[in-house]
Parts: sequence; structure tokens; C-alpha cells
Amino acid sequence: MSAALEGLAERYLHLERPTRWRKSEIAFWIATLLPFFLFESYLSLASQVAITALFALSLDLILGYAGIVSLGHAAFFGLGAYAAGLIAKHGWGEPLSGLVMAAALAGVVGYAASFIIARFRHLALIMITLGLGLLLYEAANSASWLTGGADGLQGVRMWPLLGYFKFDLFGFTAYTYSLAVLFLVFLVARRLIHSPFGLSLRGIRENPVRMPAIGAPSHAHIRKIYSISAVMAGMAGALLAQTTSTVSLEALGFQRSADVLVILILGGAGRLYGGILGAIIYMVARDQFSGVNPQYWYFWIGLLLIAVVTLLPNGILGGLAQWTSRWSSRWSSSSRRGTPP
Amino acid sequence: MLASLVGVLFDGFAYGMLLFVLSVGLSVTLGMMNFVNLAHCSFAMLGGYIAVTLMNALAWPFFATLPVAFVAAAAASVVLERALYRRLYRASDLDQCLLTIGIVFVSIASAAYIYGTIQQPVQMPPYLRGSVVFLGVNFAVYRLFLVGTALAITFVLVASLEYTRFGAQVRAAVDNQRMARGLGINVQRTFAITFALGSGLAGLGGALAIEMVGLDPGFAFSFLIYVLIVVSVGGLGSIGGSFAAASLLGISDVAGKYYVPQLGAFLIYLVMVGLLMWRPAGLFGKR
Amino acid sequence: MRNVLRGLGGLAAALLVASPVFAQNTVKIGLILPYSGQFADTATQMDNAIKLYVKQHGDTVAGKKLEFIRKDTGGIAPDVAKRLAQELVVRDKVDILAGFVLTPNALAASDVSTEAKKFMVIMNAATAIVTTKSPYSARTSVTIPQLNETFGAWAYKSGIKTAYTMVSDYGPGHDAEGAFQRGFKEAGGQITGSVRYPVANPDFSAFVQRAKDANAQGIFVFVPGGVQPAALAKALAERGIDPKKTKILGQGELTDAGALKSMGDSGLGIITVFHYDPNHKSKLNETFVKAYVGDYKRTPDFFSIGGYDGMHLIYEALKKTGGKADGDSLIAAAKGMKWESPRGPISIDPETRDIVQTVYIRRVEKVGGELQNVEFDKIENVKDPVKERMKK
Repeated sequence: MSAALEGLAERYLHLERPTRWRKSEIAFWIATLLPFFLFESYLSLASQVAITALFALSLDLILGYAGIVSLGHAAFFGLGAYAAGLIAKHGWGEPLSGLVMAAALAGVVGYAASFIIARFRHLALIMITLGLGLLLYEAANSASWLTGGADGLQGVRMWPLLGYFKFDLFGFTAYTYSLAVLFLVFLVARRLIHSPFGLSLRGIRENPVRMPAIGAPSHAHIRKIYSISAVMAGMAGALLAQTTSTVSLEALGFQRSADVLVILILGGAGRLYGGILGAIIYMVARDQFSGVNPQYWYFWIGLLLIAVVTLLPNGILGGLAQWTSRWSSRWSSSSRRGTPP
Repeated sequence: MLASLVGVLFDGFAYGMLLFVLSVGLSVTLGMMNFVNLAHCSFAMLGGYIAVTLMNALAWPFFATLPVAFVAAAAASVVLERALYRRLYRASDLDQCLLTIGIVFVSIASAAYIYGTIQQPVQMPPYLRGSVVFLGVNFAVYRLFLVGTALAITFVLVASLEYTRFGAQVRAAVDNQRMARGLGINVQRTFAITFALGSGLAGLGGALAIEMVGLDPGFAFSFLIYVLIVVSVGGLGSIGGSFAAASLLGISDVAGKYYVPQLGAFLIYLVMVGLLMWRPAGLFGKR
Repeated sequence: MRNVLRGLGGLAAALLVASPVFAQNTVKIGLILPYSGQFADTATQMDNAIKLYVKQHGDTVAGKKLEFIRKDTGGIAPDVAKRLAQELVVRDKVDILAGFVLTPNALAASDVSTEAKKFMVIMNAATAIVTTKSPYSARTSVTIPQLNETFGAWAYKSGIKTAYTMVSDYGPGHDAEGAFQRGFKEAGGQITGSVRYPVANPDFSAFVQRAKDANAQGIFVFVPGGVQPAALAKALAERGIDPKKTKILGQGELTDAGALKSMGDSGLGIITVFHYDPNHKSKLNETFVKAYVGDYKRTPDFFSIGGYDGMHLIYEALKKTGGKADGDSLIAAAKGMKWESPRGPISIDPETRDIVQTVYIRRVEKVGGELQNVEFDKIENVKDPVKERMKK
């Protein structure tokens, strides 16, 4: 009787353990405050890293956890960016409300698209997401009366954040704003992943046929997570538009969709911090490289990608996790030998 | 009016044939081994650059460079297959995509390093330049050559698939890999040879493409999208599917641009999304 | 311990005070260019010309040493360009922002130039409104309306009464189409039709056929540089358009050196409008081209001349202010400056801070067995017409 209860308790603990905050996580978030003190002239870069991390996190929710491969996720990023930019251009420059409105628009479009997305898998899904993304890009290019076309949206003027903090040249306000939004959205994503809904997503990723058989409405779940992911991507786009006061077609482009995919895989998909880590590494490396030997950036990134895929299939975080678990199992097995059976 | 329509349709068909030569290799290998090789157009680019180097630096005639482009691309694919691809046959679609995208990046950067980022100038022999007038319609000589070559390749491919033992092995491996293995067919070797042939065809396509669409280091990426469209619309593992999809896309693209130019850029993507939503496995795909 | 700390604090304070003194003897120039990606070649050509100018004139001007900091935007990326401009101003403390091949990047960086009051030299971006975004910016390249409105008017005067326009469907293409049509119609001409093709367009035959159907006396085309000019020229020849009967009119990129080599004889007879050709017959240009080819084994192009003249502007402005490198002094010195460039006589308009130059009309002919753009007409002292109209 007690053995059965013990088994149940262990299974509960196994599910509950990841929801507790580990020391390394707390240390990481405290470290994100370092740029304010140590790297003051890098705050603009830090703000763009935070925005990219948010975008990568949104892709992780659908790719890493639900198994939807999308080559057109920049569509939502760009929609959020243009929405926020247009709202500001036409007179309402308040950042927070603009952010909410832009994210809502991206979410609505994401919800509509999710009906198509949920029905396909494999190559057809990849090509459809690619095609839809490219169509949106061409539409934005054609509608240059609205979007400014290839020259980008002009005349975006943001009001000070919370009525007081101007968006300055140093990037102080920009980084605080982006970091705060990233942290809040991260908390929401974390909650989502460790909930029963999150578990069912992982089930859908592993075996999409089995899940409806045990009663999980997989299409409805996919639609829900896709819409949530679209909202988050839209937020990231809106943040970029508001902190840089520019929006251009590149926000919607294939290059951006491909870059975020590379970033996510580098860091490790299916892990909460994968996108964030990937964004930090990729963008800092790119910034440093841009002064040294920029033409060959793609060469090294290609090589890195090949290395990661062949040697570290779960990204850098996956490799780290494997390494630490091997260490800890060796350590715990040696200590267990000492205890009585 | 009819003359211009025929001229435009022919041009579209020729463009489609170029896409066919570039895509058929990818379609067959994807259908056989389910390996997503996004670096397919890097082999095409390799073929193109080999042809350019031979013509410009060594003054070879154009026709002599074509077999070399084929062989060079096939050889490169054998090397890559042994070194990298073999490890990832059982990996997920995404991993294969990413490995091959990494290869594409490396190839683009290497091409930029060796040849520079500008477009490669080539001069075709005089008998391939200009156009001929037939029944009042202008036919570009090079496009006629392209259509002829593509049809010859199609004929050879289909004939070898239907009438040779190797072709039978390929068809068996595409239809049911496990069963084919059970019957004693060396699927690994069949795949390696098919992969080399498919990449060789891509290299040939790259050499043929220079005159029509130009060659610069971005070729590996810019044509990848069109090739993927042909492959996904045509159906994996089907030569006939690739032929049909390439012709359909080439003609509809050009005809669309002629009659409704405002839709110009949208048409090819709309056609693709529409066709895939109607038939997710492609026009001639299995299942 | 306290003494050590006090000593260190004093040293730090002394250094902080001293560093502006050190900095005052150098003028830092931040170069923002697309060194990697699809436009890398344009950045190479511009950077080569900048290095050539510094080599020829020394790196000290008005007692100050010049220091260059190079940043890569990777292509069209206004958010990156803006961040790089911010970092150059805040982190590296540059005095001058320069470069800018691509319009969206120039527009984004203009915000930084305005806010930080830094002199900005635009060495290529060709959209008319670029210099209106910052009161401290000046341009040494060209504007699309400057070329194409003039061309439209010239085309009508040369006897072409009807024209059909074909352009790429993006910003510069729309600008070119609007400018040519305006110039042509205001002179009295009639536009029989127009079409726009997608930017990434491999196959032009459908559009060329439409142009042929329209049966105009002239066809105006615009394509971005790269692989497209040759493809378009070949398509025009293949569809049977005879340059002797129908005049093909284009902007200079259509027939640049690389494109001419690829298109071969199908390019003969094409008429283009541009502000610079390496074969321009002037002593200054011949010296410039010879030095450039000698150092870099390549012929210079319009990216190079934009960079070369941009450097000239910076040098002369610094000489005029006696070495003062703040935005207000430099832009005041730059306004109205006139000089003889390898392309011809140019000046900076004091009101719009944009370039005023001679626009050349050229035809592709065979010279000594090689295809070249031969200048046969010119219009002098052309100001950017868009901003002229904005003034009224």
C-alpha cells in the first residue's frame, strides 16, 4: 500500500520538480541586469538581443514543444512591428498600449492561420508556412502606401515610456523595456509549459495520432499554442519597432524566419532557455564579427550549424544537460552505493 | 496576339524545363530516403561555377563543360554523403534541414571568397545566341536548346527507370524500402548512386542556368525556393510529378505575369499554397 | 589602503580629464556599409575608393589625424544600421558618420545624426528624401529623380514621342518610374503603358512581350544591379526588339561593365542616363581610374566615385573649419562647396545639402572590339527636382 503511494508521490515530484526555480535560473536573470553596470555602451545591442530572445521563445513554443516546423514565423513578428509602427505614426505614440494592440492583431491573424496550420504536417506544412510568409512579404511590398515599401516606415515617433522615460540614444529605456517584457512573457511561457496543456503538447509532438485516441483534442491544442506563439512574436516585433522607431520589410522576411530557426537550434529547441541562450550567442558573436571579417560570417555560422547538428543534436543546452546529467549520475551512483538497500 | 501568346508560353515552358532539371534529383532522393537535402542547389551552383571557370579561364567550349559540371557535382555529393549525410538518415526532418542549410551557408561563403560576389559573365557560342522566327513567333535559340536537353534527359531517366535492372531497384526502394531490403536489394548502395546522379543533374542544371538567369553566390539560396516548390507540388519520388509541376509552374508563372502583371510575384506562391492545401502529398505523390 | 584608493581615483580622474585632450587631435569617422551579404561588392568598391583617397592625400587634415571605424550592416537592416550608428556615437565617440549604400539604412541612421548633431555623408543611397531626414547630412552620390526626370525630358526632345515603362516593383523602381514619366509627360510625351515586375524575377519574357505589344517608340527600363540587367537585355533581344527601331532607355546600372560582358552584342544601341562612367574622358578621371586599377586590379564604378567624392567633401570641410569636427561647423562648411571630380564638376546645394552635378546620356557602342558606354550628350548643373518642388 505504502509502496503504491510512494510510486505516486515520486511521479508527482517528477512532474513538479521542473517548476521550482533552480539557482542557475535565478543567477541567470540577475545576470541580465549586468549590462546596466558593466556594458553601458552595449545597451542597444542588449535590447535587440532581448527582442530576438523573445521571438525565439515564441518559436520554441510551437517548434520545440508542439513539433510544428514553421519557416514563416517572421510574419507575426513583422505584423506586430508594422502595427506598432503605424499606430505610433498616426498619432498614438504611447508604448505600452501600442504594444498590447499590436500583439492582439498578431494574435488574431495567428488564430486565423492556425486553422490551416493544424491540418498539415511534414513537408507540406513547411512549404505552406514558407509560402504564406512570402505572400505576406510581397503584399507588404506592394502596399507601399501603407508600409513605406522598401524604404521602410517613416515618421514613427514614440512618446516617453510611462510618461517619463524617453527612448534615448544610449538605449537605457529600450533595454529596460525589452527586458521587462521578456521576463514577464517568459514567466507566462514557463507556467504554460509545466501545465497539463504543456504536457499534452509534448505528446502531440511525439505522436500526433495517439493523442486524440487518448482524448486530447490535438487540433484545438495546436490552434491554441499557435495563437499564443503569434501573440508573443507580435510583441517582439512591436518592441523592435518602438525601440528603434523604424520598421522595414526585413521584419517580415524569410531571412528573419531562417535566422530565428538557426538561433533556436543552436541554443536547443524544446528547452525554455534554448532560444534565449541561442539569441545571446548568435547576436553577440555577429556584433563582434562585424568589425573583424564580416564577409565570412556565413561560413562560420554554417560550420557551427553542421557541428551542432552532427555532434550536439539537442543544441548547446542539450549538450550541457547531457554532460551535467552524466556527471550527476556518476556522483549519485557512487553515493548510493554507500546507502543500505 | 496568338503569336505573342505562343511565344510567352514557350518561354514559360523552357523556364519550367530548367526548373525540372534542377529539381528532379531532389524529388527522387526525397521520395526514396526521405532525406531533406536543402543543399541540392549548392550542387547546382558548383556545376555552374565549374562551367564558368572552364569557359573563362581555360577557354573550353560550352558543350564540353556540361559533362564536367555533371561529374563534379556528382563527385562532391558522394564525398558529402559519406562524410556527413550518412550519420543523419534516421534523424528528424528538422535536423536534416539544418545540416544541409549549414552546408548551403558554407558553400555561399566559399563561392563569395573564391569568385567574389559579382555576377559571372559568360559568352555563349554564337550558334546558341539570338532567336529564330518560326510561323511568325520568335523562339530564342538557347531556350530551344534547353527544352531539347531537358526532354532528352527525361527520356533517358524514364527509360532507365522502366527498362533497366537498376531502375527497377530504384522503384522498389522508393515504394517500400523495408520490403526491398528484405528481397536482397542493397538499398544503401542504390541510394548512394541515385543521390550522386540526382546531384549531378543539379550540377548540369546549374551550368545550363547561367545563360538564362545568371550566376552569383546567392544562387544556392535563391533557386532553392523554386526547387522546393516544384518538388512539393509535384510529389516526392516522382519524375513525372516533377515534370508536370515544373511545366505547370513555369507556364503559369509566365502566363500570369503576361496577363495579370499586378499579381506577378504572388502567383507562384498562391499556386503552391493552393495546390498543397488541396493535395498535401503533391500532385503525383504517394499516399 | 585608503591612500592606494585615493591615488587610483586621482589617476582615473586625470585620465578622464586628459582623454578629451587626446581625442581632440583625432577626427573619428564611422563607416556604415554592407560589408557582408548580397551587397558586399558595393561596399568593397566604396571602401577601396575611400582608402585610395586617404592614400593619395594623407591621413592628416588641418592638423587632425583621421581614424576610421568600420561597421557592417549585413545588407538592408535599418534597425541594425541605427544601432550601429548609436554605438559609433556613444561607444566610439565618432565625429562623422559616413558610407550608406542602402536607403533604408541611411534613413534610420539619420535619426541618430539629428539627435547627436553629427555630420553625416551619404555616399550612395539614391532616394530623394534621404537628405531631408537630418539637417547635418550631405550627399555625394546621385538621386534617382535627378537622373530620370532629366532623362524623360531629354527623351522627348530627342524625338521619342511615345514610351512604355518597365520597372522593378520596389522603392527605387517606383521612384524611377515616377521620375521618368513625369519628365517625359511634362516635355510633351505620351506614356502608352507601364508594368512592374517583382524584385526577385528570373524571367523577363512575359514583361518584354507586353512592352512589345504596346508598340511605343521607346521602352524605359529599370532593374537593380546584379544578374538582372544582362537577363533583361537578352530577353529584349530574344523577343525581337530592335534597338534601331525601338529605343531602349535605362538607368546606368543596366549597362555597367559586368552586365555588358554578359549580355554581349544584345546590348548594342541601349541608351542610358548616369552620372559617372569609368571611360569618361577627362584627365582627372584617367588619373583616378589608373590609380584605382593599379591598387585594386578592378575598374572603379559609381559606388567608388561616391566614396571618393565623399572623402573629398570631408577633407575640404575640415580644412575650411580649421579642424573643428562638430556637426554645425562641418555642415556649414559643406554647404555650397564646389569642386572638380573625376566625374565632372559637382557641388553641394546650400539649401538642400544634396549633390548638384552633370547628367550624361550615353549609348552602348563597340569601341576597339569592346562594348562601352559612350557619352554623346549631357545636361549640366542638375539639381534634385523633387526637393526643388518641395521648396515651392
